[in-house]
Amino acid sequence: MNMSNLVRSGANILMPFILVYGFYIVVHGHLTPGGGFQGGAVIATAVVLLMVAYSYENVRASVSKHVLKNSETAGLLLFIGTALLALTAGLAFFGNWLLDLGVIFGTPVAFGVNPGDINTGGIIPVLNIAVGIEVLGAMGLLLLAMLGGLKGDAE
Amino acid sequence: MIENIPFFCAGLLVLIGLAVIVTKRDLIKMVMGLALVEAGVNLLLVATGYISGGVAPIFTNAPSTEMVMATVQAMTLTNIVIGIATTALLLSFVMVISRKYGTRDVTEMRRLKE
Amino acid sequence: MMDFIIANAPALLIALPMLGAFALPLVGRLGDTPRNAWVLGVALITFVIAALLAWTVLSGGPVLYTFGAASPADAIPADSGGIPIRIVFTVDAMSAFMAVFASFVGLVTCLYSVASERRSSGKDGYYALMLLLLVGILGMVCTGDLFNFFVFLEINSLAGAALVAYRIDKGVSVEAGLKYGFLSTLAGLMVLYAIALLYGQYDSLNMAVIASRMSYTMLDKVALALFVAGLALKAGAVPMHFWTPDAYSMAPGAVTAFLVVASQAGLYGLFRILFSVYGLTLSYVTVGWAVIILGVLSMFVGVSMAIPQKDVKRLMAYHAVSQSGYMLLGVGVGLVVLGDAAAMDAFGRTAMEGGIFHIVNHAMYKGLLFLTAGAIFLQTGTRNLNKMGGLGHSMKWTMLFFIIGALAIAGIPPFNGFASKLMIYESVFAFSPVIAVIAMVVSILTLASFVKVFHAIFMGPEQPKYEGVGEVPKPMLAAMAVLAIMTILMGVFPEQIVTTVIAPAADALIDQGAYVATVLGGI
Repeated sequence: MNMSNLVRSGANILMPFILVYGFYIVVHGHLTPGGGFQGGAVIATAVVLLMVAYSYENVRASVSKHVLKNSETAGLLLFIGTALLALTAGLAFFGNWLLDLGVIFGTPVAFGVNPGDINTGGIIPVLNIAVGIEVLGAMGLLLLAMLGGLKGDAE
Repeated sequence: MIENIPFFCAGLLVLIGLAVIVTKRDLIKMVMGLALVEAGVNLLLVATGYISGGVAPIFTNAPSTEMVMATVQAMTLTNIVIGIATTALLLSFVMVISRKYGTRDVTEMRRLKE
Repeated sequence: MMDFIIANAPALLIALPMLGAFALPLVGRLGDTPRNAWVLGVALITFVIAALLAWTVLSGGPVLYTFGAASPADAIPADSGGIPIRIVFTVDAMSAFMAVFASFVGLVTCLYSVASERRSSGKDGYYALMLLLLVGILGMVCTGDLFNFFVFLEINSLAGAALVAYRIDKGVSVEAGLKYGFLSTLAGLMVLYAIALLYGQYDSLNMAVIASRMSYTMLDKVALALFVAGLALKAGAVPMHFWTPDAYSMAPGAVTAFLVVASQAGLYGLFRILFSVYGLTLSYVTVGWAVIILGVLSMFVGVSMAIPQKDVKRLMAYHAVSQSGYMLLGVGVGLVVLGDAAAMDAFGRTAMEGGIFHIVNHAMYKGLLFLTAGAIFLQTGTRNLNKMGGLGHSMKWTMLFFIIGALAIAGIPPFNGFASKLMIYESVFAFSPVIAVIAMVVSILTLASFVKVFHAIFMGPEQPKYEGVGEVPKPMLAAMAVLAIMTILMGVFPEQIVTTVIAPAADALIDQGAYVATVLGGI
């Protein structure tokens, strides 16, 4: 039992914008408000939009639970791996071993108030991305499980 | 006096949340009462960090460098994430209970006595 | 390599079980045996690191670990104005003591779970949650930062609630899990309210910095009341013990033994706040007497409500509440005489050592009793005392372990309960004879109720419906045997344990100056 054509077309058009907006919030977490959890939650609302526009049976076939579960595990392992790698670089646990190195996110920050360079920050954007991937997996699974547990569809 | 209003509101929210937990009989309303207590504590946290005359603590293109305290905002964000995990867990418990017992009323489900 | 591990031991203590829990879904895909090996390996490595950390602390003084700095001891950066700006782990003797026995009980319960949960589904989630509960407990006892303590308290509560509700097929477990999660989260929110009040006044989240700046204003008194209420709720002290019988009876056997340690981590938090954050600035006579009254109420109400119980795990849960009263009593007496050096040397230090020794003894014998109850439930399928009987004929090892646990909880020599209870009786008698008499009466009632339970379960003719009931599988027996051996060892050699481990822990709590000096580097 689907929603009307208007709702489905609107959801189709909005989906890529929601995903892009969510990833923007995740990746720019060290410059502007946002970060891992906020961006991940925005991306998970895309799953909700799909479930509202189409019915649960249609969504269950196309949104794969394995992809979400794997992304949750991958996000968690990336987070704890990045934190543990600081020990091999000689710093304390969770130390910023990518800071000012020039490898990735390694540009030094300019002094004073500036427009902000996304290539800075060290491990902070990496941790943001890890948390973002984990949150979208976890909240997507949570929403699928909870909304799938309703008896009958919302008509 | 007027700058103490957020703190009074935080205390009031916590008291209303506790009243909801104690007096309501529907399980979902009790979980909502817990969410109200959490909202009260979050408001207390954020209100603690206010510095009068400060701007939002965003360094990119900041209009001035006198900013409100950013530590409490990180604490509040952490508490919101914890709150989401807690509410999700408790609500899934409520779903399983209502499926097994057929009711959401607390007074009718005292299977664990004494 | 060894230097690297010892230098980073506080961080590895929580990072390795966390890594184990996160990688568990991947390992679980390979099958049951790799998953069991992975869980036991991670738990064993965590215990070894906790033992190394305890050895470092007991021989070299408190260990400070700064997260995210250039080197672990670099707590106060040069341009910060003299305050530590990062999250620090301050591991002194009390923290190391609790970390060692928490990881030991974690290892034993994971060993027990390998056999007892063999036929359950969803084992990925079970073991991941057990490892996360271990992370929560270890984080709570090692941290030196108040908000970090709150975060680990919430990890503790959520993992515990999900584990209590593990058996979803019966609705009652989920009801118990809901109650446990609800009340633990409420306790956490009260603690966070108090942390917000303290942060607003002193502009720091570090326990040592707040201790050095503490002036006992009205808001601090409100914060203290919230801390005591929240952490006593988490620890299961009367009058906030109502979640204890439901949660402990409905959880699987190994989980209950571990939840006891999780509640004791709440007690640790209470002692840390009272002694190290507030210290001598609070009106220690009033607060100490409040803690003593909580302890006496817990002892008495716990054992009184345990006697008429018919469900064996609910009975043991009420006894857990009662034994927490002993710990609160011992440390409360120490708090009342905190400012009085003569009385502290006479009996206060012994009272605190008795209370702290009782924490580890209780974890050992109460864990053993809950594991035996889980074994009986696994073989007979019931927890009702009226329906059991005559199991002594077929379950001989379980009966032996139950006897050891029951004698230990009643305080009979040569088991470990006697050693710590004797220290508490002697010192509390010098402080106030009436309370010591109440404690001894409670101990007698405990013995009476366990005699009743033993008779109901194991004595009597063999019942026909339990005809083919055999002994439980070997991993469960091994886990129970390890705890029983520790119970006997700690009862036979109490002097060595008190002088090497317990006395430094009590001294670390009493001496607030040493705690502050660890982080701030001397006043």
